[in-house]
Amino acid sequence: MTDLLPLIVAKYNYWLYVILMMIGLYAMIAKNNLIKKVVGMNIFQTAIILFYLSIGYKKDATLPIVEVGHEGQEAVVRALDYINPLPHVLMLTAIVVSVATFGVAMALAVRIYQRYQTLEEDELRMRLSEE
Amino acid sequence: METIISIKPLLAVLVSLLVIPVLVSSSDKPNVRESWTFIAGIIKFLIVLSMLPAVLQGKQIVLTLFKIAPGADIAFRVDALGMLFALVASSLYIITSMYSIGYMRGLKEHGQTRFACFFALAISATIGAAFSANLLTLYLFYEVLSLATYPLVAHHQDAKSKRAGRRYLIFILGTSIGLVLPAMLYCYHATGTLEFASGGIFTGQLSKPAATVLLLMFVFGFAKSGLMPFHSWLPAAMVAPTPVSALLHAVAVVKVGVFSIIRVITGIFGVHFLLSFNLGALVAGIASVTIIISSCIALTQDEFKRRLAYSTIGQLSYIVLGVALLTPKGMTGGMLHIAMHAFGKITLFFCAGAIFVATGKKYISQMVGIGKRMPVTMMAFLIGSMSIIGLPPTGGFISKWYLVLGTLEGDQMILLFVLLSSSLLNAAYFMPVFYKAFFCTEEESMFEDKIEEAPMMCVIPLVITALISFALFFVPQPFLNLAQLAVKGILGG
Amino acid sequence: MDNYPVLIVVTPLLAALFAGLAAWIEERLSYPIALIGLAISTFSAFKVLMRVIASGTIQYRMAGWAPPIGIEYRIDLLNAMVLMLVSSVAFLNLIASYKSVEQETNDRAASFYTVYLLFVVGLLGVTATGDLFNLYVLIEITSLTSYAMVALGDRDRAPLASLNYIFIGVIGASFYLLGVGYLYMQTGSLNMADVSRILQSHQGSSIVLTAFILCMIGLWIKMAFFPLHVWLPNAYSYSPVAFSRVVAPLMTKVMIYIMIRLMITVFGYDYIFKTLHLSSAVVWLATIAILAGAIMALAQKNLKKMLTYIIICEIGYMVGGAWMGNQLGMTGAILHILNDALMTFAMFLAVGNIVYKIKDVDLSNLTGLFGKMPWTMAGLVLAAFSIIGVPPTCGFFSKWYLILAAFEKGAYQFAAALIISSLICAVLFFRVFEICFFNTDSKDHEHGNGHPQIKIEEAPVSMLIISGLVSLSLIVVGLFSGTIVNTIILPFLK
Repeated sequence: MTDLLPLIVAKYNYWLYVILMMIGLYAMIAKNNLIKKVVGMNIFQTAIILFYLSIGYKKDATLPIVEVGHEGQEAVVRALDYINPLPHVLMLTAIVVSVATFGVAMALAVRIYQRYQTLEEDELRMRLSEE
Repeated sequence: METIISIKPLLAVLVSLLVIPVLVSSSDKPNVRESWTFIAGIIKFLIVLSMLPAVLQGKQIVLTLFKIAPGADIAFRVDALGMLFALVASSLYIITSMYSIGYMRGLKEHGQTRFACFFALAISATIGAAFSANLLTLYLFYEVLSLATYPLVAHHQDAKSKRAGRRYLIFILGTSIGLVLPAMLYCYHATGTLEFASGGIFTGQLSKPAATVLLLMFVFGFAKSGLMPFHSWLPAAMVAPTPVSALLHAVAVVKVGVFSIIRVITGIFGVHFLLSFNLGALVAGIASVTIIISSCIALTQDEFKRRLAYSTIGQLSYIVLGVALLTPKGMTGGMLHIAMHAFGKITLFFCAGAIFVATGKKYISQMVGIGKRMPVTMMAFLIGSMSIIGLPPTGGFISKWYLVLGTLEGDQMILLFVLLSSSLLNAAYFMPVFYKAFFCTEEESMFEDKIEEAPMMCVIPLVITALISFALFFVPQPFLNLAQLAVKGILGG
Repeated sequence: MDNYPVLIVVTPLLAALFAGLAAWIEERLSYPIALIGLAISTFSAFKVLMRVIASGTIQYRMAGWAPPIGIEYRIDLLNAMVLMLVSSVAFLNLIASYKSVEQETNDRAASFYTVYLLFVVGLLGVTATGDLFNLYVLIEITSLTSYAMVALGDRDRAPLASLNYIFIGVIGASFYLLGVGYLYMQTGSLNMADVSRILQSHQGSSIVLTAFILCMIGLWIKMAFFPLHVWLPNAYSYSPVAFSRVVAPLMTKVMIYIMIRLMITVFGYDYIFKTLHLSSAVVWLATIAILAGAIMALAQKNLKKMLTYIIICEIGYMVGGAWMGNQLGMTGAILHILNDALMTFAMFLAVGNIVYKIKDVDLSNLTGLFGKMPWTMAGLVLAAFSIIGVPPTCGFFSKWYLILAAFEKGAYQFAAALIISSLICAVLFFRVFEICFFNTDSKDHEHGNGHPQIKIEEAPVSMLIISGLVSLSLIVVGLFSGTIVNTIILPFLK
């Protein structure tokens, strides 16, 4: 146990994303209401986005915008001074994907509600087995 | 050994396959359809026949079609044994086609086009199996044959044929997928080839227990051979129209099963390999048990076709027994019996069908006095049954003679006893039928004293096959030479 | 250097755009646009396949950026084969679909074609790309479109089936994304070849192990590997038949392709089979998957549902073969990608024809079909034989390699599972054939031999031709499987 605490503290970003992921997963599995499940799904995806963002981060580094132009004096760019921009860029795409998925899921939820007048899964199951 | 590359084996297989679209397109013109069936059958027979001289000179005709994996192509090779079988099947196909016209029209059966198509497919697969150069090709045609026969067995499309078809599939497909396929793949895994070789393909890769298991998987896996306990599909399949029972369940399908077993024993395991482990005796034992039990069951059957079916099961085991003796004479006898039994048994089935068409009777107990009504048919029946029992002057005598010599050669007195006692049993279940048909009092007779045979198309074929059975006693040369050549190739190679 | 590799993916994408726009002007325009787009794509895929067979791997740089910075399409023998397969199946299905779309989703035909094209773009892109993150995005494009397509199906049940599909699909894709994140942490690259090169020196790293496991779990969910399969049967069987015909053969197979790609190209044989010792465990899982899929299929009363469980069973074949860790197994798995796609396609084409005529394909509704739809049933029979594994249909030959691989590795349980599943498939399909073949109507029996002439009511010719062609291709591909293995698979594995 004594070793575990420093481990958690040192890599708290990973622990956070794992906890967030688990919350999302829990909601998707255990919740009865379809909207809550959709929200859980979104939390799940966001956790991964946070994970990516955190792996690009460096201490005491700044945004990767090089202030000096190509023909300037200080042409040497020290990578340590800048955070890694690539994961952030990737996450732009991932966010688009997650928004799109969220949209489709919500649209489907609306359709289900229109058809069955409920979003509770157990009621839906009952209705389906009746038919 | 000299080999000739020729496209003829492929043509022989393809002829009846290519005729199927023609049959379908002429489905509303029965006469046109039937003449196409005939033309295809005759062309097929002629192609097979044209290869006979070369084979008799000891040459082999080969053709590789598709390369699948090293040592396992889809390829044809015509050797003496394959030739013998193909000759029997293709000649009887023509006669059966004639017979089935008489039978199917006589009974006004439905779905005659479907029937003719699947029949053509089945005979294609049979010839393909006969000409297979390796186990993969043989397995391929074996499976095609199983599936092509299903609609024929279930032709009547009623509850009874449904049950029969189901049983047929469970036994035939279940064993070929469940037993032969893994056994075949294991052989390929162990040796890297599936090519039939005269000395077998194993060179010390197998221990005795492994070889025993593998051999049993093959022998039972080719369930078309009707070895007990995988025999019960055959009596069940008798619900099919009689031409199917005649050609397929006396000649093509069952003989493909036996033929496959012969190929596996001689081409995959090899005679010397089996002798060294004394495994021939195991197969011979299974065959003997089947012979005796099936003959006893045949005695109790009243339905004519079922009795014939059990008789077939016994006779097939003769062939297996002969080959499992692993002696030259025994193997010759076994292979010869493929031909002799085919002509004899098809005659008997034709008789059963002719009686059904003419009188609607299926049971032996209802056939008292039928000799007076259908004398030609019943005389043919006499010749056919004599051939099956093995009495001279019929072809069956010659093959049994060689089988008996084979048992003496191998010094297998128990097997000799099996053969002889089974012949007595054969006589016991066939002769009463003949006796009751002719020798009965006026009161016992169930038929009017008036000659009324089945349609000509039914009678002519059975007369032809009966005459051939008779003639084979005097002229067994083509088949005998082929069988001896095959045995020489196997043992001398 | 010509642009065929990118044309494969871009033409359907552009066609999707135009098909969507054209629908504003005239609804009927979208179908020919889609057709042209996929035809060009198929043609390009064919060109690329020939090129790759003749002169080896093609590397195509998107917009001229060199990897590892730019996105690269790297097309070797394996992708070239899968690309050809995907584009031609999608193209043929589009031809066959005109009538069934008209019947099932008439009011939304234009949007159907647009989404259909996007779905195909996703699959093609996934297959062509050599970039791990690009792969994720394209997987999500395929998944999103398939969620939408499933929802277009059965009005009562499809939305719920689709929503459940989304939940599980998102979990699968997210696991894969996480895996890619870990790989990026370790290697700092997303290009497959580059990652593979850097990984050589990180074989023992626990980060790589985490990445590998996460990627695999993600893909297994996506490919419906038992017990992660629960989403598949409902999603596939309630979707419109024009879509199930393309998703059933392609989606899972493309996921298998990605798994094989990651195993061979990214992580490498040595890492998976020498450093990790997971092979036998996964082969056992595959064995269970095969048996479970087959047994669950036995319990189904609806033809479409039954087939979806057979897909789950077939997934076990391919996963097991790929994880066997020998060349035969991988050969079998890759060959089965092709064969299984074709036979599932042939099967669903036939089912599509039946659905076109009788709406509900519950097994009990199928009586007398051999008389009513002889050509369709001929196609169905051939496809069924291929699934059972009857030679000379192609299903037999992939089984041949898989069983040999199992013997070589000593994984006899896997060989036994393959054979048992063949037997169960035989039972399944002959049960269907019996229903279609025999007269269960008791009235007919009272008339003795009276078999009434059943009137032939076949599906439209366009559907029949495609169905017949694909079914015949099963035999052709089977007979030429030796050629396929020797020109495509073995050179790829060397």
